[in-house]
Amino acid sequence: MDVTLLSRIQFAATIAFHYLYPPLSIGLGIVLVVMEGLYLKTRLPVYQQMTRFWIRVFGLTFALGVATGIVMEFEFGTNWSAYSRFVGDVFGSALAAEGIFAFFLESGFLALLLFGWDKVGPRMHFFSTVMVCLGAHFSAIWIIVANSWMQTPAGFRLAEHGLGTRAEVTDFWAMVFNPSTVDRLAHTVLGAWQAGAFLVISVSAYYLLKGKAEDFARRSLGVGAALALVASIGSLATGHASAEGVSRNQPAKLAAMEAHFPASAPADLYVFGWVDEARERVYGVAVPGMLSWMLHGDTKAPITGLLAFAPEDRPPVQLVFQSYHLMVAIGMGLIGLSIAAAFYAARRGAPPPGWLLKLLVVAVLGPQIANQAGWMTAEVGRQPWIVQGLMRTSEGVSRSVSAGEVVFSLVLFTLIYTLLFALFLFLLNAKITHGPLAEDLAASHKRA
Amino acid sequence: MDIDLNTIWFLLVGILLAGYAVLDGFDLGVGILHLFVESDEERRIFINAIGPVWDGNEVWLVTGGGALFAAFPAVYAGVFSGFYLAMILLLVALIFRAVAIEFRSKQPMAWWRRTWDVSFSAASFLGSFLMGVAFGNVIRGIPLDGRGEYLGGFLALLNPYALLTGLTTVALFAMHGSIYLVLKTDGAVQAKIRGWVNDTIIVFVVCYATTTMATLLYLPHMGEHFKAHPWAFALPVATMLAIANVPREIFHRREWRAFLSSCAAVFGLMGLAGFGMFPNLVRGTDPSTSLSIYNAASSDGTLMTMLIIAAIGIPLVLSYTISIYWIFRGKVKLDSMSY
Repeated sequence: MDVTLLSRIQFAATIAFHYLYPPLSIGLGIVLVVMEGLYLKTRLPVYQQMTRFWIRVFGLTFALGVATGIVMEFEFGTNWSAYSRFVGDVFGSALAAEGIFAFFLESGFLALLLFGWDKVGPRMHFFSTVMVCLGAHFSAIWIIVANSWMQTPAGFRLAEHGLGTRAEVTDFWAMVFNPSTVDRLAHTVLGAWQAGAFLVISVSAYYLLKGKAEDFARRSLGVGAALALVASIGSLATGHASAEGVSRNQPAKLAAMEAHFPASAPADLYVFGWVDEARERVYGVAVPGMLSWMLHGDTKAPITGLLAFAPEDRPPVQLVFQSYHLMVAIGMGLIGLSIAAAFYAARRGAPPPGWLLKLLVVAVLGPQIANQAGWMTAEVGRQPWIVQGLMRTSEGVSRSVSAGEVVFSLVLFTLIYTLLFALFLFLLNAKITHGPLAEDLAASHKRA
Repeated sequence: MDIDLNTIWFLLVGILLAGYAVLDGFDLGVGILHLFVESDEERRIFINAIGPVWDGNEVWLVTGGGALFAAFPAVYAGVFSGFYLAMILLLVALIFRAVAIEFRSKQPMAWWRRTWDVSFSAASFLGSFLMGVAFGNVIRGIPLDGRGEYLGGFLALLNPYALLTGLTTVALFAMHGSIYLVLKTDGAVQAKIRGWVNDTIIVFVVCYATTTMATLLYLPHMGEHFKAHPWAFALPVATMLAIANVPREIFHRREWRAFLSSCAAVFGLMGLAGFGMFPNLVRGTDPSTSLSIYNAASSDGTLMTMLIIAAIGIPLVLSYTISIYWIFRGKVKLDSMSY
């Protein structure tokens, strides 16, 4: 295999594993702000118990996010050095801003969150929770800015430099608010909220099934369900806006998402299907003209298809089609589950029936799979470009790195990440089966 | 010396990396010394001494890396891809250090804790050593083509000079970590560590003296600025005085002053290296291929934008870094939320 393909596999594997954790930090961040806010308002001990329990879970996911996140920052340089030289002027500033505005905020106040119960008063502790949550969101902003610039570059010019051609920023704010930043940021953050919300829902549903820690579980379920409802319905709206943006800015990606081959013709919307790339056909269930209608309000409106692009400029169709449809299908299912969970949480009467609780327990996988599938759609759909229209992925790879070296690092990362994932599940499971701590009900603040 | 944007960014990246060495340096040092205490309680005290601050300290490296990427992309790209295997091993070390700190306390089994103790210590040692090796190579000079691509292999990085700077870095962090531990402990644990401080200082000074001799003998380019500006000899002298001051402060039980002396020494050493290198960031074996603050820099527009970002961000960062250190001042006390 060549270095480009190996480096792509390594980047995909390391980002996929990393991306299990930051969405949990972002989503749990909101959950913690709500729970601790409720505690400050009501002073009910159970809210303190909830806050402390979920902070411990947060600490575990955060540590794995930090450990795997630094790999991502280094990998641009180690495996994609030609790309790094080309985009450093643009992309580097977003990464540096992420460090200075997001990570310092997050890591500093996390110390107070985890270890500060006896060091500061309840209000200061709550303030720390808000800051950690804000920091997690800031990091999403800057990394989405950087990634969106790769999708829809703006605010730059190409310039000759001593060491080659590169993109230089001409308008910082046009670079930051490039055409896809806002839609993609909103959609990504809502996906992250769902990841956090459904983890809380899943654990609460598990306790309710076992008849364990019922007051804790019901209230946690309420917080989780409210966030899940907002986030899952919001995801539908922002997903639609994102797709409209893709149709304008990256028509080849949109065509791959629906496997729309004709150069210019009305397009169907597939519920599910299988793409035969050789015969340029899709076998599956489709709503005729629906894609045209959704994008242009007219079932007869022509949509640019894959054949409008030279074969070397088309993304892989099957992978993009399947990951996109998987994301949409899960997203729809999560809306249904959120409504059901919120319905029972709002009634405050009988707990949800057993079958629903069982569904809610496994629903924790939903947002995780959908988030991964969404990223795959976005990134594979941009191929063969590393920066849309400006630089091909094969041109961005490090020239001084050999295939053997990448094989070595890929095997190493795979082994380590498999081990870490097993340990993460083991420790998370231990925490969950151990349950919320009784002493957290009575625990006191420094000046509570 | 004209102060232009490129020079300012040389200083800022240098300050970020020196800040990293000062702050994460003692975390890594605590890790290097971790296996020298035996009991679970002592080891918990070690880990909890850095517990609230270590990941904030690592952010200095993340931000330093980001700033290097933004301000001098050719250096970031050339060094990270050129030192590929070393960088991957450094990442592995940083991963294991992070999860060892987090995982160790989560299970009571002795084998579990011992596994993470070894992992924490080995990762801290390896991480410090690799950073020192990378630093030594950048100073010594590496084979580069005219476009900033590294032409050597992995084994070429393990030359005697770089191995020496690697060991010196380990010794420096061990010294810095032992002084930090004196600051954060009391009672019998502290008495034990107080006994280590002089040993770690002696090991470091021997390594440092050897490195300095090797630098003067084999890397004359590192001395040119000092010849041209003799006043700069104040810097190595001040650094040595700061190190010499540590045992005195420890003897008088002025632990904060001992620690600040050690911080000043680490900062001074980074300053020395930076002063010797300027305006190069990476020396090429053929000096015409060196990556300097001019041929490796981003556009002036980006350097300016980044300067504004830094001007807004750095006061914020300093304010909450200082607050966190202030809130967590004092000796380590183990409780139910500790690691």
